[in-house]
Amino acid sequence: MNQNGNRPLIAVEDLVVRYPVARGLGGALARRPRRFVHAVEGVSFTVKRGELLALVGESGCGKTTTAQAVLRLVEPVSGRIEFDGGDITALQSRALRPLRRRMQLIYQDPYESLDPRLSVRAAVEEPLVIHRLGGSKADRRERVRDALARVELNPPELFLDRYPHELSGGQRQRVAIAASIVLGPDLLVADEPVSMLDVSVRAGILSLLDGLREAGLGILMITHDLSTAARFADRIAVMYLGRIVEEGPAQSVVRDPQHPYTKALLSVVPRRDPRERSKREILSGEAPDAVRIPSGCRFNPRCPIAIPDCKQIDPALEPAGDHLAACIRA
Amino acid sequence: MSLLAVEDLNVWFDLGSGRELHAVQGVGFSLEPGERLGLVGESGCGKTTTVLGLLGLLPPSASVSGRVLLNDVDILAGGEETIRPHRWVDLAIVFQGAMNALNPVKTVGSQIVEVLELHEQARGRGARVRTGELLQSVGIPPDRAERFPHEFSGGMRQRAAIAMALACNPSILIADEPTTALDVMVQAQILELLDSLCSDYGLALLLVTHDLPVVAELCDRAAVMYAGEIVEHGPVDALYHDPRHPYTRLLFAATPDLYGEGMPASIPGAPPRLDRPLVGCPFHARCDRAFARCKDERPLLKELDAGRSAACHLNDVVAEVV
Repeated sequence: MNQNGNRPLIAVEDLVVRYPVARGLGGALARRPRRFVHAVEGVSFTVKRGELLALVGESGCGKTTTAQAVLRLVEPVSGRIEFDGGDITALQSRALRPLRRRMQLIYQDPYESLDPRLSVRAAVEEPLVIHRLGGSKADRRERVRDALARVELNPPELFLDRYPHELSGGQRQRVAIAASIVLGPDLLVADEPVSMLDVSVRAGILSLLDGLREAGLGILMITHDLSTAARFADRIAVMYLGRIVEEGPAQSVVRDPQHPYTKALLSVVPRRDPRERSKREILSGEAPDAVRIPSGCRFNPRCPIAIPDCKQIDPALEPAGDHLAACIRA
Repeated sequence: MSLLAVEDLNVWFDLGSGRELHAVQGVGFSLEPGERLGLVGESGCGKTTTVLGLLGLLPPSASVSGRVLLNDVDILAGGEETIRPHRWVDLAIVFQGAMNALNPVKTVGSQIVEVLELHEQARGRGARVRTGELLQSVGIPPDRAERFPHEFSGGMRQRAAIAMALACNPSILIADEPTTALDVMVQAQILELLDSLCSDYGLALLLVTHDLPVVAELCDRAAVMYAGEIVEHGPVDALYHDPRHPYTRLLFAATPDLYGEGMPASIPGAPPRLDRPLVGCPFHARCDRAFARCKDERPLLKELDAGRSAACHLNDVVAEVV
């Protein structure tokens, strides 16, 4: 369906992102060493066209930073980001501009991402105006109508002149998605796209993303919700403290987890059926902060099966089961 | 006699110029010692208004009617005067986002001491000792009492908020979305804490949430709310395996499950407006099983089997409904 065969749309290699920790004037005068939040420490993955990769993990694991780096919204310390075969890691903003059109972001909160003073028509048309695309005014209108139809706001005429406050949460998120796809992007990055919405409308938004994926878009979805990832992702990458600790086809990761962190995480996901009440494997505490990373395997202080070697060896992501895991015991 | 029985609770909000919003419409349920009841529904269904109403915590623009029987005594009858002696003392609440409502410039311990002294539970040294016990009971080492809220993680702050609610030894804890902003592992820790508080101390729990799996995990029974009313009420197992209201069935079907088959399906449409009188079943426009009667006649919540009730005409039509 596309000319590029199986070449990944996005290829991230050994990405590292750190944020400096403010040490204050006192710290600077005392020449205390600069410290860093190790937000992302050597992350690699690919997303193909027509594929949805879910980055899952708890808050602070680096999943949002990873997505922001892919979109070149934060600067990586090292690593390489390829988009459609070209290295975009070091592109300056002018050179990035034509690429921005091809990679779009969908935010978590449709109540905040839409400008309350813009009508649906204006909100969806705005990206075309900014990128000077879409030709004549009449052509642009046609494109706006198309985009609204694709997000199933039908008939579009009914919605064109409405304002965000006249729409439900689900409709707002559809408008936000319409504004993202009106430019005809290749990649969508969706950061918790349904977590602010009611359960009864979530599935509709997710099916919409699924349809866009089917039509050939690559989608990187950030989520903390493993059940959603299990149902809608082609592949799942589980992050812990800035690293991908397990990665593979969604069903394989969910049904045959290899990493003890993934196993624990899956064991505590509440199920719909009370008869399936889980034998929960609750890890104590919360993820340690990303300033002081434990030596060896970063999960070792909370790991139920850690052995002395785990304090020494920082495991790489390697084949385990029929996918990848970073654990010497997998 | 139940520990708590709510009967025919109604809440209207005055919208000005003669308009009213009927937010809670004849809600009733009961709670026994040590029982965990889930009050489930989507945003705007009236679940939070229900608990604020029964605690007398609604703003003056709201009018409340109905009975709230605590050990058979109606605490709603005399307004603030009859509710106040029981609020926090018998009926405590952990508000949605309570973990972010701790005073940032006071230590966690001193805030709990303050609650104890305000309610004349303990003073001075005694209050500090009791604070240590309370923190311990929610899994926080007592020596952390001297820490400030910002030194606590989100999960720890939520535990502290629960400790504060338990200060007066209530028999009922109402928790409004207690795990909503938390990560799944921390959520599991808090659910385990609530579970053990119920089984170890006989605390009765009213869990208010939009999250069906959380209710399935923790609660014995659940009441499903839609458009201001309870549309189905029963044991959580029965609600999942044998729902008697289409909304219950469709809400479960919209919820993704880790190992479920197939894609979750959304429920088309939106809930009705509650600022005008409802005609027919409030769910009929979104229901996949609606028939002529549903449009004109509002179904009442009817007892079906022991401990099970639903407000759906289908239950009159055939035995096997949904």
